[in-house]
Amino acid sequence: MPSTDLLNEAGRIMTICNACRYCEGFCAVYPAMELRRTFSEQDLKYLANLCHNCRGCYYACQYAPPHEFAVNIPKTFSELRLELYPNFTWPGFLAGMFRRNGLLVAMITTLSVAVVVLLAFIFRGPAVVFATHIGENAFYKVVPYLFMVIPFSALALYILATLLIGGARFWRDTGGKLGELVDPHANARAIWDALRLKYLDGGGHGCNYPDDRFSMIRRWFHHLVFYGFMLCLAATTLAAIYDHLLLRGAPYPFYSWPVMLGTVGGLALLVGTGGLLYLKWQMDTVPATARVFGMDVGFLLLLFLTSLTGLLLLILRGTPAMGTLLTVHLGVVGGLFITMPYGKFVHAVYRYLALIRNAIEQSREKT
Amino acid sequence: MPDIEPIITDVLVVGGGNAALCAAMTAREAGARVLVLESAPKDFRGGNSRHTRNIRYMHHRGNDCLTGPYLEDEFWDDLLQVTGGQTNAQLARLTICESADLGQWMTAHGCHFQPPLRGTLHLARTNAHFLGGGKALMNAYYATASKLGVEIMYGADVRDFEMRDGKFDAAIFEFEDASRKVRAKSVVVASGGFQANLSWLKQCWGEAADNFLIRGSPYDKGRPLRVLLDHGAKPVGDSRQCHAVAIDARAPKFDGGIVTRLDCVSFGIVVNKHVRRFYDEGEDFWPKRYAIWGRLVAQQPHQIGFAIIDSKSMGLFMPSVFPPIEANTIRELAAKLELDPAALETVVTAFNKSVQPGTFDPSILDDCATKELEPPKSHWARPLDTPPFYGYPLRPGITFTYLGITINEKAQVIMQDNRVAPNIFAAGEIMAGNILGQGYLAGFGMTIGTVFGRIAGKEAARFAIDGPAE
Repeated sequence: MPSTDLLNEAGRIMTICNACRYCEGFCAVYPAMELRRTFSEQDLKYLANLCHNCRGCYYACQYAPPHEFAVNIPKTFSELRLELYPNFTWPGFLAGMFRRNGLLVAMITTLSVAVVVLLAFIFRGPAVVFATHIGENAFYKVVPYLFMVIPFSALALYILATLLIGGARFWRDTGGKLGELVDPHANARAIWDALRLKYLDGGGHGCNYPDDRFSMIRRWFHHLVFYGFMLCLAATTLAAIYDHLLLRGAPYPFYSWPVMLGTVGGLALLVGTGGLLYLKWQMDTVPATARVFGMDVGFLLLLFLTSLTGLLLLILRGTPAMGTLLTVHLGVVGGLFITMPYGKFVHAVYRYLALIRNAIEQSREKT
Repeated sequence: MPDIEPIITDVLVVGGGNAALCAAMTAREAGARVLVLESAPKDFRGGNSRHTRNIRYMHHRGNDCLTGPYLEDEFWDDLLQVTGGQTNAQLARLTICESADLGQWMTAHGCHFQPPLRGTLHLARTNAHFLGGGKALMNAYYATASKLGVEIMYGADVRDFEMRDGKFDAAIFEFEDASRKVRAKSVVVASGGFQANLSWLKQCWGEAADNFLIRGSPYDKGRPLRVLLDHGAKPVGDSRQCHAVAIDARAPKFDGGIVTRLDCVSFGIVVNKHVRRFYDEGEDFWPKRYAIWGRLVAQQPHQIGFAIIDSKSMGLFMPSVFPPIEANTIRELAAKLELDPAALETVVTAFNKSVQPGTFDPSILDDCATKELEPPKSHWARPLDTPPFYGYPLRPGITFTYLGITINEKAQVIMQDNRVAPNIFAAGEIMAGNILGQGYLAGFGMTIGTVFGRIAGKEAARFAIDGPAE
């Protein structure tokens, strides 16, 4: 449970905001707030996840600290989200992963890399790992086919299950009914909002990120991360189809769909995560909380390393470095998969659900 | 005397709100070196402009943020109506004409506009709303001014002017606990009223001023206004007049801003400390009446009033920042408000009995009125009979004072002997009394500040660069 103090603080500042309403033009949070006069725990959980952390409202706020009202929506909502994530986490005993998340993500990833590399050395030996392998099934000479397919498929299914359960818990905790969740109109609008990152546009001029100036830069970097991730996902799925249905063993030539999609996606991820990390380095820390820093940076670094090792593997797959790079890449991907339900990635699920709720509320308001 | 070398500049701007920044940017664009002395620290820069949210300006057609045209004649009629004709017609016309399409100039200087807020739809055609409100506008203007090369000093408190041959020569100011001097060829004074100067308020209103709340910045002490008056500038406006609104008595002493307003008065009754009603709560729509309620409450014993509604009215007005005081009976509510329970029950019973049947409609001046009640309630009168009952304490909240400085159409300050001070200019709230002799028009303070800020900036730069016009 989020601490009572934090919920009270969120309720206190929302009450101030609701009497002011100057920030109505920035994002979806304020029009949603205006549908209410008082703020229940359910409302606050929903509003905190609807907030995209664009920070326009902080710099525009006449009550921001050092004013005695000390209204700081981005910071408060960000803290609330961090305290809420463990609440929705399945299985419950892993909820503690959200504490010191950056450190844990780093340790798990390091461990994952070490295990894959070690297994390759033990079962294949340095002679195989450091040899040059080219042509069909070259990858499987270093890491056997089943070792790639079984753990990662199992992990993918596990991730899907945890995210579904987490999403269901969020929906229930914010007072939603299951039927509403499949409302086609609400989903269409939420998808449209999410695909454009509508609420990182700060009312049309961009976020106040990394500082008080309006800028679209964060939105563009986030787009690169999102679409880069999607392209990599598509590349992987396509590769699986090639391998299992068309029975063509990896690696594939550069001008094949899996490699082209993966290359573009990987480059986008590299630039996007690198850019977001750079902005985070530059950012004004007053409207932020240090408590989420490790989680945010951990996830961005992990995505950055995933794309970096993947791209290096592509470039150097015809050399003796391929074996090492392949094992390291698989190890990093392993770390990414294992920590996915217990880190920053989950924001995508809860934000999307909050957007659905917002779409439902606003269309109800109009009729 | 200051022991540090004086600063030298072309145009000195005293103040750091909307008018000051408009003057500074305009003077800089005209080629002058400009220094802005803002008395507040950076976090609280912008004076009362921080609390604004829209500007009224003349425009020939609507756009994505304004729903239709607003032309000179209508603007003029609106101004005459609120001021009751107490306006300098020449300066008022100038303000209106110079306001034409101000939005474009503001956008070019960094302002972002947005469609009107839900609470201000009645201003959708006449007033353009700033995205995020006045502080966001100030942030944009400060950023633009810096980019243009305007120098800005925060926490710089002007204490005196040095004059030579009837002209401004230098200003003495406090900065980081030291006395400093700046010599300039011309000066624009845009430092607002004296609403945050408690001892000055007390000189005007006596002990009652102790119970006033100041809605805006605690840094608006009016010292530059005092300096100008002491050097013989001709005052304008009644020193005892101010724009005062009835706000929640639990608001902080300073800087509570918009959230402390209470919009529930017209839905219930208001009594004073002695449990007497003192004015028709339903005389007109609240946006047209809130400004007189500040003075009404200020005239009551201990400068306090209590608005009382029942649960029928909850939800009909904008939520307020402090929760209402709630009780299931009128007697219990009176006790919680520290009023005489029997007296409040008598007042409410008498009020309920006098309410005539009608059709309640908050969107029109409806026919729900009292009969044979003194003072009457002319609209939205419904019996207070549905618990829970809610009470809100009210105090006068001062937005700004009216006393200012007389100027001409070039924003030059006029002295008591009607001589023109050639290189002293005034803009914003400090000269608004020339145009707003009484009353107030939403978003019009920003119009005056922007129009006269630009005029003062242009003329001050002209004087600094070309010397006195012959």
